[in-house]
Amino acid sequence: MSRRFAPVLALFALVLLTGARDPILVPEISQHEVDLQQGFTGTDLLLFGAILTPEGSRAAQDYDIVIVLKGPTQSIVLREKQKVAGIWINAASTEFRSAPSYYAIASTRPISEIVDDKTAAIYELGLKWLQLSPIGAFDPAEQARFADGLVDLNRRHGLYREDEGGVTVSEQVLYQAHIGLPSSVPTGTYTAETFAISQGRVVASASSQVEVRKLGLERAVAHFSNDYGFAYGVLAVFISVAMGWLAGRLFALV
Amino acid sequence: MDVYLPIANLSVNGLVIIALGAITGLLSGIFGVGGGFLTTPLMIFYGIPPTVAAASAASQVTGASVSGVFAHSRRGGVDYQMGSVMVAGGILGTGIGAVLFKLLEQLGQIDTVINILYVLLLGSIGSLMAKESIQAIRAERSGVPIAARKRRHHPMVASLPMRWRFYRSGLYISPLAPLLLGMGTGVLTMLMGIGGGFILVPAMLYILGMSANVVVGTSLWQILFTTMATTMMHALTTHAIDIVLASLLLLGSVTGAQIGAQFSQKANPVKLRLILAVIVLLVAARMAVGLGYRPDEIYSVAPL
Repeated sequence: MSRRFAPVLALFALVLLTGARDPILVPEISQHEVDLQQGFTGTDLLLFGAILTPEGSRAAQDYDIVIVLKGPTQSIVLREKQKVAGIWINAASTEFRSAPSYYAIASTRPISEIVDDKTAAIYELGLKWLQLSPIGAFDPAEQARFADGLVDLNRRHGLYREDEGGVTVSEQVLYQAHIGLPSSVPTGTYTAETFAISQGRVVASASSQVEVRKLGLERAVAHFSNDYGFAYGVLAVFISVAMGWLAGRLFALV
Repeated sequence: MDVYLPIANLSVNGLVIIALGAITGLLSGIFGVGGGFLTTPLMIFYGIPPTVAAASAASQVTGASVSGVFAHSRRGGVDYQMGSVMVAGGILGTGIGAVLFKLLEQLGQIDTVINILYVLLLGSIGSLMAKESIQAIRAERSGVPIAARKRRHHPMVASLPMRWRFYRSGLYISPLAPLLLGMGTGVLTMLMGIGGGFILVPAMLYILGMSANVVVGTSLWQILFTTMATTMMHALTTHAIDIVLASLLLLGSVTGAQIGAQFSQKANPVKLRLILAVIVLLVAARMAVGLGYRPDEIYSVAPL
């Protein structure tokens, strides 16, 4: 009898010791599938959810909410142009093992006011704290320069976003944020992580997923091009010859 | 009109792409060049990834040269024998070009090499064309015709072994010369997405010494098949041809080419050559300046 209740008692003791009961998050996304097809010019995802007590009632306490939407990571080479003998050429490069193809963060307040640097680094909260896993040892200054370059490039292309103040919490229970995806968004499985933070400590987290994929004709074309290169080339040649010939024929009639 | 490009992975305004194709098509119809030298840089400028731009431009040149080949062959303006030797060279050239493309891409220098090639080629060919057409205009004004240049092939061509007779071109030369010429333009087609007409025509006239009435038709023949080979090569190696992008470009360029061809029949050919020379020089100058100025993007990303 007492053995069965031991874990419950332990949990209860823990709650008593820490003095606060951690809330739970119930996250949801406006759409779990983003379809890249004709007419897609980018989209806006609504990430929302509720902050509840473990019993399921309103948490009724102010938490800071941070939402991170992250695309699949990839191994990349980042090249840097420098002026050599009067012209700008790629002169330096570095490799990153785990650069996210997409990264967006939204929070109720600036991250630096919510958590300290250590916590931000652990949870990768903010573009400054991306764990890019550079390959090869070089000095930190150079590494930082390349990381800044990557972040700046992707930020201007709309692939890296930071929205401090992008999360709104209403009635201490419902939070929501809009996160935009540009038309050049890469395909893959995206993870949306929501963190509830209180006094610099992450007290709850929950994650959900979004699938970004090509659909229909676009998917067929991408597959065709990659898997049946020869037939794809023949088709491209055929289209170009046919259109050139057809135009000649039509204009001969005019 | 928003169109999503499935290989380039981005959404563009379809009308802009069609207009872009139409401009290069017009040029190709008026001047008899492929127009690839404008398509690729303009597409890159519009934000399409360079590899996709170069790979998709070749098919546009194919489309623009088809009707030209038909027209010239009806007139007997194609030396099929010479053309086929050059096409063989061109296919070899695209193979070499593909290897070079991969190598330069790995080194991260493909863009710089493409830019430098553009500046050198367009600069030198443009100045040659400008000089020639200014001389011709002066001659027209003064009424003193320029002494016709004696048609002769280059002494280096004569030193090559194994001679063939090319009846339509009126030549008895080694097939190695057109083979090498075809190969050179094949490499350029693969690297730069150009047809190479503006290099081929002067080379066929002044290096091979072909008779003028088959030069344009034969160069179009070579361009037609070399760009087809380039498209195949890209489909097999870089997988970077965006068929939606290529179709939009083609739509503009084949129409533009027809309109341009009708316009060119009414215009003064000498003045047309001068205008083309100026356009070519402007593109070269723009690219030369671009090499020296700090680019918008210092950093670029490539998959590992």
